[in-house]
Amino acid sequence: MLKTFPKGGVHPPENKLSANKKIEILPVPKQVSVPVSQHIGVPAKVTVNKKDVVKVGQIIAESGGFISANIHSPVSGTVFKIDEVTDTSGYKRQSVIINVNDDEWDEKIDRSEELIKDFDISSEEIIKKIQNAGIVGLGGATFPTHVKLMPPKGTKPEVLIINGVECEPYLTSDHILMLEKGEEMLVGIQILMKALKVDKAYIGIENNKPDAITHLTKLVKFYKGIVVTPVKVQYPQGGEKQLIKAVINREVPSGGLPIAVGAVVHNVGTAYAVYEAVQKNKPLFERVVTITGKSVKNPGNYLVRFGTAVSDLIEAAGGVPKNTGKIISGGPMMGKALNTTDVPVAKGTSGILIMPEEESKRRVIKPCIRCAKCVDVCPMGLEPFLLMTFGEKAMHKSMEKEDVLDCIECGSCSYACPSDRPILDYIRLGKNRVGAVIRARSTK
Amino acid sequence: MNEVITATIITVSSVGVVAAVILYWASQKFKVFEDPRIDKVEEILPAANCGGCGYPGCRNFAEVCVKSDSLDDLFCPVGGNGCMSSVAKVLGREVSEKDKMTAVIRCNGAPQFRKKTTHFDGALNCTIQSDLYAGETACQYGCVGLGECADACDFNALHMDPITELPVVTEANCTGCNACVVACPKDIIELRPAGKKSRRIFVSCINEDRGGAAKKACAVACTGCTLCFKECEYDAIVIENFLAYIDPLKCVLCRKCVQVCPTGAIWEVNLPPRKAKPAKETDKKPEEKKEVDLIKTAKENITENKTVDNKQDKKNKTE
Repeated sequence: MLKTFPKGGVHPPENKLSANKKIEILPVPKQVSVPVSQHIGVPAKVTVNKKDVVKVGQIIAESGGFISANIHSPVSGTVFKIDEVTDTSGYKRQSVIINVNDDEWDEKIDRSEELIKDFDISSEEIIKKIQNAGIVGLGGATFPTHVKLMPPKGTKPEVLIINGVECEPYLTSDHILMLEKGEEMLVGIQILMKALKVDKAYIGIENNKPDAITHLTKLVKFYKGIVVTPVKVQYPQGGEKQLIKAVINREVPSGGLPIAVGAVVHNVGTAYAVYEAVQKNKPLFERVVTITGKSVKNPGNYLVRFGTAVSDLIEAAGGVPKNTGKIISGGPMMGKALNTTDVPVAKGTSGILIMPEEESKRRVIKPCIRCAKCVDVCPMGLEPFLLMTFGEKAMHKSMEKEDVLDCIECGSCSYACPSDRPILDYIRLGKNRVGAVIRARSTK
Repeated sequence: MNEVITATIITVSSVGVVAAVILYWASQKFKVFEDPRIDKVEEILPAANCGGCGYPGCRNFAEVCVKSDSLDDLFCPVGGNGCMSSVAKVLGREVSEKDKMTAVIRCNGAPQFRKKTTHFDGALNCTIQSDLYAGETACQYGCVGLGECADACDFNALHMDPITELPVVTEANCTGCNACVVACPKDIIELRPAGKKSRRIFVSCINEDRGGAAKKACAVACTGCTLCFKECEYDAIVIENFLAYIDPLKCVLCRKCVQVCPTGAIWEVNLPPRKAKPAKETDKKPEEKKEVDLIKTAKENITENKTVDNKQDKKNKTE
């Protein structure tokens, strides 16, 4: 039997429409607006001025603290202005707007296609390189990678788990990356293993990607310590805690980090970015983005420079189809609807999903019938219906007691609810408020 | 039969007597001394338990009043100055008068001025919506119109207007308890001194975008054009991040800023109708005037409490 997490989970229709589409390179647009806050943590500080000439890969904003990341110019040209631009969060954030001129790369970047397998640098140097390259978790959470590579004192990483699950329906960017850049990715994994000083790595891949599993299983023979682990197709298999449970059968304690059970999880996209940063000196300024949807003419996977407008990407896939209800950044389960297509692609944009009107509408909210379906599907073993009620009634203490902070916001409860109740909305609200209460308490 | 009744009566009453003795002894032995003034102060307080004073309830506030040395930092917004002076009398202390505060809504973006660009179909809660994205309109600062402030109000002083989709303050009921200010995720509601005869002037907008973007998103936004700033002779207006703010302590209610505001973002409340103006005023560009008029008449239609004198203006023009 295939490995999986034991509690809950759902299986939405997979709809991997762009699964067999090769990575296409999206032409560089005429203007890009690069937000300085593309990661979790402190926004980066802009280091360029208006009218400055920048090259591809040149640093334009420096990390603003420990949990923060550098931002590099994705294009060459002149800085047009530094202004506030609406990003995928729906709010205006500081951005560097660059007028594109030619495509001149920084000299340090190795642009050859050649695979460089050998590396001979220390763990500290690797982490420094990753930090300088501004790499963040490319699975969607955008947590700075270098922080994850520096485990807190008293903890020791034992295994590295690489997340190639891609459990979100529709999205295929990680899948295609594993197929096309598999070897580079494996080198990246070895670099990560060296940085963490571990000798074991597992690549968890959902069973609906048999080609990726066979391809990587063939390749891992030449790389010591890496094992491919196929896992069952079940959402949210790609959740950090679920994947750890499925692959190495260890349970992260409530409120704890994966390092508490000796595991560190990185996405396949991150592993590839690490390879490029360490072996090719290439900072993170582009990524593979899936553009998909049932009504989209040419769903596909595009290599996109950050700062490119989502509208350009949609144009490449055949324009916004008629009868579009929502355009979502990310997957259908955890993604976020955009309020305009004039937002830039950022480090966390794993896909753009276009949903037709009839599918995107929320249905009328009906009363809870106490069927406990949400309890059945919750992968964290919580009671979503109860948390939702507490959230509505602003009962923060009760929420805290019911471990609301363990919620991973996967949305399985809202998906399974036969009464179409906005369970996750209220849990998220409660989580924010409980978080604020706890922070206030700790500062006292 | 009689024996049973007598036995019962004797047993029950003896149990009662024993219990009474124990309870009396316990009440004397474990007596907790409490300042009797706390009860007195609590009686004076309005018993709204709203938390407007910053303490969890009226009893708690009374305790703090009795224990602290001065009443300067303590104020019950619901009871107001009268209540506080009675409290001071009980405690034999002095208290200074404080201005009555009232909530004002700093958003004017009714749907006819602020076009909706998206439709939100999630849970109907202001905080949830503003956590997810900037709102249904192109203005990321404005009211989202789902009425969390009205739910938070314990005094029936706030309700949502179904036409403007904005909250409306019923000033007579507003105690200035701050509950709506805390509830609003967009920080639209501000507590301002109610002013003499409840007259006040404020900027009903918190849009910090540049003029063009603000105007594009909402016809009645403050664009930071600085006209009011230049007009004000009392340094009461500050412009920061393309947004004007009128300092209520410096404002003398001369109303000049209200007249020059091209978008009608500055509101005057409870001020008497304006007297007829000299003919020079009408020499402005006709187009601009028209727009202001439209906004003002619309504003008049959508407000309850606020008397904006436009009819007079119009008459002047037609004459």
